[in-house]
Amino acid sequence: MDIDWAALGQVFGVSLLATVALVGVFTLGIVGGSRRSDGTAGVAAKAGSYLAYAVCAAAVAFGIYTIAA
Amino acid sequence: MEHFTLLIGIVIVTALVFDFTNGFHDTANAMATTISTGAMKPKPAVAMSAVLNLVGAFLSVEVATTISKGIIDEASGIRPEVIFAGLVGAILWNLLTWLGGIPSSSSMALIGGLVGATVAAVGIGAIHLDALIGKIILPAFAAPVVAGLAALFATKLTYRLARKADTERTGNGYRAGQITSAALVSLAHGTNDAQKTMGVMTLALITGGVIAPDADPPLWVIASAGLAIALGTYLGGWRIIRTMGRGLTDIHPPQGFAAQTSSAVTILASSHLGFSLSTTQVCSGSVMGSGYGRKGGVVRWNTAYRMFAAWGLTIPAAGLVAAVAALLAQQGDWGVTVVAVLFIAASAAIWAASRRQVVDHTNVNDPDDDAGQADVVTDAVHSVSPPPAGAVAATDPADDDPARQRAASTV
Repeated sequence: MDIDWAALGQVFGVSLLATVALVGVFTLGIVGGSRRSDGTAGVAAKAGSYLAYAVCAAAVAFGIYTIAA
Repeated sequence: MEHFTLLIGIVIVTALVFDFTNGFHDTANAMATTISTGAMKPKPAVAMSAVLNLVGAFLSVEVATTISKGIIDEASGIRPEVIFAGLVGAILWNLLTWLGGIPSSSSMALIGGLVGATVAAVGIGAIHLDALIGKIILPAFAAPVVAGLAALFATKLTYRLARKADTERTGNGYRAGQITSAALVSLAHGTNDAQKTMGVMTLALITGGVIAPDADPPLWVIASAGLAIALGTYLGGWRIIRTMGRGLTDIHPPQGFAAQTSSAVTILASSHLGFSLSTTQVCSGSVMGSGYGRKGGVVRWNTAYRMFAAWGLTIPAAGLVAAVAALLAQQGDWGVTVVAVLFIAASAAIWAASRRQVVDHTNVNDPDDDAGQADVVTDAVHSVSPPPAGAVAATDPADDDPARQRAASTV
């Protein structure tokens, strides 16, 4: 039986962590960039939001790289 | 090209037909939640997915030389008739599950068809059973669990982080996130699944002696496989999109985003780390996981059990049809002709049955009125009878799921 448990465990761990991290970071980006119901957004919140989007863009670029490689 | 016989031509065409059904079967994987949450309109969504599938087909230079992942001993006398029979089994199962609106793995159907045809033509000895279990059966159990848990936690997290934010303002963000992750899933699908067809076509050309055994697929093979899968994707398996986007659970934008991200990450991680999981099973698992991630979210287990049953049946059913087809096709030219005629007749019958209750881009977001059905067979029968969609879902006495009735009453 050639079940590659190590690879399965690795896929499980990476998928779980990467999904939760990416979704978390992206949500922070959304929230940071949108908290304007009182009229203003803090500069820090804006900057943090762009940073979060940058991290996500990098992750997408890495994703495309893994597809092409 | 002197060895390019009629039979090889038939195999190539059949492989492209399989590729086409693969495309429209799997449109749902990338686009179901994007469409059901309204992040994209149905037509632009499938158009984008189709283009990315086509791009994906050309993207990778690493060609899957063994389509069967070492499950079938390809040196043991696989002939074009056997590949033809395997494709026939896989296509018919794809069409039948499409008629029932069931997300099932096209790759699994292909493996099932090839396994069945090989067993009938060569014998059980040509199948590596341990590889079949280790590389297909076990991942089928693992995929929904892995992607589902990731989607569950991600959904909980995103709801928690955004709980104070204005949903009006976060809407655009979630939309962009969904479209991006759906694009990644489409791209990965084009790369993986179009290559499987290229592998089949190349195998047929090799067994027919048209190209050398270790040759790369010719450019026309790559181009035609990419076009076939893109065309299938564009036409869209709307029935399956409806099941995945509406039938399994009610998806809101944050859930759609979490589910799509989980699908994209799991698919890329699995193909990158060498434990390949079926796209369909990953995406179904993500959708279900995200269903439980939202407070008050429900998963319609009726639909889910129907889907699981179809997954369990995929290899035996595609295999059985392929085995019968292989026995016939081996009888010579008349056998191949009989298989081809029966195959076209069966496909036409399934298509005709689908016209009795059309699901397309105009009504894909209506409630999934098949959700109360018990199994594949009754579902197929149900699809043949022509009920008015909304009214039946609302009044169906077997349907006691409150969320479902809510959804139906909003039509």
